Amino acid sequence: MKKSAFLGALTVASIAASAAVAQDVSTLDQVKERGKLNCGVTTGLVGFAAPDANGQWKGFDVGVCRAVAAAVLGDANAVEFVPTTGKTRFTALASGEIDMLARNTTWTFSRDVDLKFEFVGINYYDGQGFMVSKDLGASSAKELDGATVCIQTGTTTELNLADFFRANDMSYEPVPIETNAEAQQQYLAGACDVYTTDASGLAATRATFEDPSAHILLPEIISKEPLGPLVRHGDNNWGDIVRWTLNALIAAEELGVTSANIGELGASAGANPEVNRLLGTEGTLGEMLGLDAEWAKRAIMAGGNYGELFAKNIGEETPIALARGLNAQWTEGGLLYAPPFR
Amino acid sequence: MYHMTSMTDPHQGQFRLSMLFNDTRYRSLTYQAIAAILLALAIWYLANNLVQNLRTAGLNISFDFLRDSAGYDINQRLIEYDSQSTHARAAIVGILNTLLVSFLACITATIFGVIAGVLRLSNNWLVSKLMSVYVEIFRNIPVLIWIIIIFTIMTAVMPAPRAFRGDTPEATMLLDMFAFTNRGVYIPGPYFTAPLFASAFLNWVLVLAVLAGSLFATRRMARWATGVQEQTGVRPTTWYFTLAMWIVPVGLLLMVMGLAWEIPALKGFNFKGGIKIGGALIALWFALSIYTGAFIAENVRAGIQAISKGQTEAAGALGLRPRRTMNLVVLPQALRVIIPPLISHYLNITKNSSLAIAVGYADVTATLGGITLNQTGRAIECVLLLMAFYLTISLLISVGMNFYNKSVKLEER
Repeated sequence: MKKSAFLGALTVASIAASAAVAQDVSTLDQVKERGKLNCGVTTGLVGFAAPDANGQWKGFDVGVCRAVAAAVLGDANAVEFVPTTGKTRFTALASGEIDMLARNTTWTFSRDVDLKFEFVGINYYDGQGFMVSKDLGASSAKELDGATVCIQTGTTTELNLADFFRANDMSYEPVPIETNAEAQQQYLAGACDVYTTDASGLAATRATFEDPSAHILLPEIISKEPLGPLVRHGDNNWGDIVRWTLNALIAAEELGVTSANIGELGASAGANPEVNRLLGTEGTLGEMLGLDAEWAKRAIMAGGNYGELFAKNIGEETPIALARGLNAQWTEGGLLYAPPFR
Repeated sequence: MYHMTSMTDPHQGQFRLSMLFNDTRYRSLTYQAIAAILLALAIWYLANNLVQNLRTAGLNISFDFLRDSAGYDINQRLIEYDSQSTHARAAIVGILNTLLVSFLACITATIFGVIAGVLRLSNNWLVSKLMSVYVEIFRNIPVLIWIIIIFTIMTAVMPAPRAFRGDTPEATMLLDMFAFTNRGVYIPGPYFTAPLFASAFLNWVLVLAVLAGSLFATRRMARWATGVQEQTGVRPTTWYFTLAMWIVPVGLLLMVMGLAWEIPALKGFNFKGGIKIGGALIALWFALSIYTGAFIAENVRAGIQAISKGQTEAAGALGLRPRRTMNLVVLPQALRVIIPPLISHYLNITKNSSLAIAVGYADVTATLGGITLNQTGRAIECVLLLMAFYLTISLLISVGMNFYNKSVKLEER
C-alpha cells in the first residue's frame, strides 16, 4: 500500500520532470494563449522606452513592441512591458521571461552566435558618443586623457570605451553604473566628467536636463551600434513574425502608407501590388506567417509607420531632436532598406 | 523476509515489515530514510532538469571563457590589470576588492560596536540614550539604503575636482595635502627614494616583516615582565623599551630606504599622485561599518550584562576603578558571549559587501558576477564561481573566528 503510493508519487514526479523539460510549445502559441506579449524594454530612456505621467509606456522601442502585439494579438495594448537593465536583459530573454527584447541592444557577432539570440533587424543605426559639460572646455574626445567616465555596465559601450582609450594611448577612470537614471545623477553631480553611451541615448538624456544647452556631445562617434529587436534562437517562425513586423513598418514608410491613409489603402486592393500584399488585400503573406491577412495593417495602425514612430518619439520636433541621418530610407540616402514583400 | 530473525538480539521477536512503521525502534529510521530518498530525488530532479534544459537550449557548461581577454577596465585594482587581462584576472581584482572592503568594515564595525555597546550601559543618561538612538536607527534601515544615502550625499555635497581649479577656487585642499572630492578622498602616498628591492611590493613586505619582529620582541618582553611580577610582586617598568622596540627598527629601515610622501595635485581632469580612496569604497565601507556596528553594539551589551553584577562589585571592593574593572574583569569574560554572534556579523559584512554594485564599487559580484557574466553570457558558470567564492571565504572566516573563540573560552577542568 505504502509502496504503491510511493511509486505513484515517483511517477507523478517524473511526468512533471518531462513536462518541465519539454519546451516545445511555440512562442506564438504561448503569446496567443497568454493574450499578452511580454516585451523587454529599458528601465527608462525618454524617447525610446519610458512610462509617461499616466504610467503608459511610450517611445520608439515601445512602438515596435506594440506593433508586434497588434500584428499577433490584434491589440496594441496587449503588451506587458518588462523593464530590463543592461545586465538582466539577456537572461530575461534566454529564460523565456520575455518573448522579445526591444531595448536599444547592439547587434554583435557574439550576442547573435554565442549567446544564441536572433537579431531580427535594425531599428536604429547608432554609434557611441561622449557628452561633457560645456565648461569642461573639451571639444574632442581625444582631449579626454585622464577623465572620469560614467558608463552603463554590461553594454558594448563598456568595451568600446576601453578600446578607444587604449588605441589613443590615453588613460581614464571608469565609473560603472547600472541604469541611465543613476548615470544622469552622477554626471550632473560632477562625479564623472564624461558620460558615454549611444549618441541617441545621450541626446535623449540631455533632453531631460534642466539646462540642456550647458552640455555638448563631442563630435567623435567611436563605434557602430546597430540597435534592433531580438528573440531567442530556436523558434524561427516567431523570429520571422518580429522581423517582418519591423520590415512592415519600414516598408510602409517607403511605400507611403501612413496611419492616416491606411484605412483607405487597406479597404480594397489598389494600384500598387506591393502595398496590396503588405496590407493583405492581395496574396497570402499573413497566412505564411501563421497570422491573418491584416497583420501588417494592424501593426502599422498601432503607432504609424517607421517614419511616424521616429517623428513622434525622437524626431526633430521632440525635445530629443534627433535627425534621421543614417536612419532615413535608402531612397533618401539613409540605410533603411526593407526587403520586398512578395 | 517474513521469516527473518535477528542473529544478534535473542530477545527480538520475528521481524515483520509493518514493524518499520509501528515499532518505535525502527520508526524514526524509516522516516529518515524516506526523507533522505525524497530529498535525493528532488535534487536529482532539479539537476536533471537543468542539464536537460541547457542541452535543449544548446548551451554547455565550460569555464574556458576565464582565459579570454576581458576587454573592460576596472577603476580600483590592487593588482596590475588592464582591459587586455583575462576574465580570471578581473575576477581576482574583484575578489581582492571584496576582501579589502570586508576587512576594513569588520575592523571599524567592531570598533563602533564595542564603543556603542559599552557606552549604551553608561550611567550618563545623554550618552546612553544617544547610543540607543544610534543602534535603533542604523539597524532598522536596510544596509542597501545606507550605502546609497551615504554615496549620494558624498557625490552631492563634496566639491567636484574642477572646483579646486582657478585663482580663487571654490574648494581648497586640507593642509595642502588632503583633497576631499565627490570622487573620493586623495591622501599623500608614501614611496621610497632609495628602495632595497626593485619591486615596491617587496619593500613593503620588508617593512611588515620588521614590524612583525617588533611584535614578537614586545610579546617576549611582556612575558618576561609577567614572570618577574609573579616572582617578586613588582612589575618592572617596560613601556619605554616597548616603545623603542616598535619605533627604532622600522624607523631606521624607512630612513635607509628614504621614505617620502607624494602629495596629490590637480592635473587635468582629476587629482593625480598620492593614494585615492574612492567614493564608492568609502560609502560601502562606512555604511557596512555603522550598520553592522549597531548589531555588534547589542551583542556587546548582551555580553556585558551576562556577567553577574557580583563580579563588578567584587572588583570594586578590591579597589579597581570602573574603567579597569571593565577592561580587566568584565570584557574578558563577556568575550565568551560576544564572539559566537560576532562571527555571524563578520560573515554578514562579507556577504553584504556584494551590494557594492549599487555604488559602482568593483567587487567580485560586479566584475565576475556582473560585467564578465554579461559580456560572456556564461551566467551559470559565473554564478557557480561566485557561490564557491563566498562559501569558501565565509567558511574560512568561521574557522578562524571559532579558533579564536576556543582561545577565550572558559577553561573547564
